Amino acid sequence: MALVTLEHVSKSYPAVGRTAEAVTAVDDVSLEIEAGDVYGIIGYSGAGKSTLVRLVNALEPATSGSIRIDGREITGLRERELRGIRLGIGMVFQQFELFDAKTVRGNVAYPLKVAGWAKADIRARVDELLAFVGLTDKAGARPDELSGGQKQRVGIARALATRPRILLADEATSALDPETTQEVLALLKRVNEDQGVTIIVITHEMDVIQSIATKVAVMDRGRVIEHGDVFDVFSSPRHPSSQRFVGTVVKGVPSPAELAVLRERHEGRIVTCSFRDGDASQARVFLDLAEAGLEFELVYGGINDIRGRAFGHLTLAVRGEGAAIDRALAAVARHTDVTEVR
Amino acid sequence: MDRLLELGPEFWAAAGETLYMVALTMLFGGAGGFLLGLGLYATRRGGLLPNTVVNNLLNVVINFFRPIPFIIFIAAVQPLTRAVIGVGIGTDAAIFALSLAASFAIGRIVEQNLLTVRPGVIEAARSMGAGPWRILRTVVVPEALGPLILGYTFIVIAVIDMSAMAGLIGGGGLGYFAQLYGFRQFEPVVTWAAVLLIVVFVQVVQYVGNWLARRVLRR
Repeated sequence: MALVTLEHVSKSYPAVGRTAEAVTAVDDVSLEIEAGDVYGIIGYSGAGKSTLVRLVNALEPATSGSIRIDGREITGLRERELRGIRLGIGMVFQQFELFDAKTVRGNVAYPLKVAGWAKADIRARVDELLAFVGLTDKAGARPDELSGGQKQRVGIARALATRPRILLADEATSALDPETTQEVLALLKRVNEDQGVTIIVITHEMDVIQSIATKVAVMDRGRVIEHGDVFDVFSSPRHPSSQRFVGTVVKGVPSPAELAVLRERHEGRIVTCSFRDGDASQARVFLDLAEAGLEFELVYGGINDIRGRAFGHLTLAVRGEGAAIDRALAAVARHTDVTEVR
Repeated sequence: MDRLLELGPEFWAAAGETLYMVALTMLFGGAGGFLLGLGLYATRRGGLLPNTVVNNLLNVVINFFRPIPFIIFIAAVQPLTRAVIGVGIGTDAAIFALSLAASFAIGRIVEQNLLTVRPGVIEAARSMGAGPWRILRTVVVPEALGPLILGYTFIVIAVIDMSAMAGLIGGGGLGYFAQLYGFRQFEPVVTWAAVLLIVVFVQVVQYVGNWLARRVLRR
């Protein structure tokens, strides 16, 4: 049984005012998230990602559909019952949302007080959490004395305080610089691997998906348009919208503007070959072209690594006799995807 | 100047009355205004305990009483004062009228300051399973404490100002003293002595308020 199950879940906001229209933020979404997953939810801003995770811990009630956490239906529960559910689901935020009036210790202790833990237990648990996120020496500091990365580590410690089985991360690294992002991602990875916490991570950053996600769902205008294994979705997105999104975050495919420049700069025909780990080798492609006696040049490209599996796109300018190029490309096309872009 | 020295005992008694009125007004009006402000904040749409009826009611009541000039309010409210305090004149009656007027103003100031709390931290507290009352008590009020202190400081000074009108119903105080012995008896020195002491009060209050707020905000 999946840990989190969403079935035909929708969330719409009624129109406010006469001219406004009702907004459907989440539209008929069905997803299953297994225990131990790091499940990425990606898409452009406004796609409904944030609303979707807020349905999981019922910060927002769903308009229709069924949401089950560990087999328990949470739609239709009363607010008081939902508070119990929320204790088992931690959440971290893009802007950290630490309590400025409390110390680091006070922040991490807060959910434990809500959960009704005894004073001595709270103390011990907070010490343990601060050691886990490497901020033992900052226990007495106020949030405004911390750097962005430190704040998010406090946020993560606070979210994990009550030992939740699920952690929701809403753009948890989007306000951080690349180096700090890696640091926080490494921490989230430890949370998942060492503590067995299932993580649902919303992001628009490729880095996040690449380093920690195992599964991914692509959202567009409130709908999940594609979901599955990260490698599959990123190496060969099927839906046009996910192709567009993947194209913007994955390096290797020239944009139309870049293509125009390439066309101007290079003679001959320009082709893009796509590679996926296990089903094609670059060497084989180069060999085919060389055997046909063609002159070729690598003009654009990139290889991506997702959890040890590589995929990528290489764009080549090929010069030579027309018929020879046709024959060579036909040979290449037998073992990899080839798209002629001129 | 001689006249002022002669009036020494009356002057200090008036100063004492002003302090007494302001202190008790801040106690009763401060508490009443805090509850009003908390109610306004919590019941607004999208708030922690949204309730349109209560919110509209509070707004109407506050908007009705707040624009009334205090010098009119203190007279108009006299029947109510008599019903609650037993008498319609004197220092205690003045404190009642002051507290009532102040609580409406304080309600707005408290509401405004609570609204400065970022919605994100409230959402964070909700995500940890905290209920609305707990969030008000342990998140909203502590997070807004710095601006609240400055808001109350502002109000103390407004109450000192309003208390000068307590003389109208025999409430005494420095305002009444200045009117009676200064203005009516053509003794500008006496008037100015009262003015200066009020300025001193205001300065001290503002200094303490700033100091407290700075301590809380740690800036």
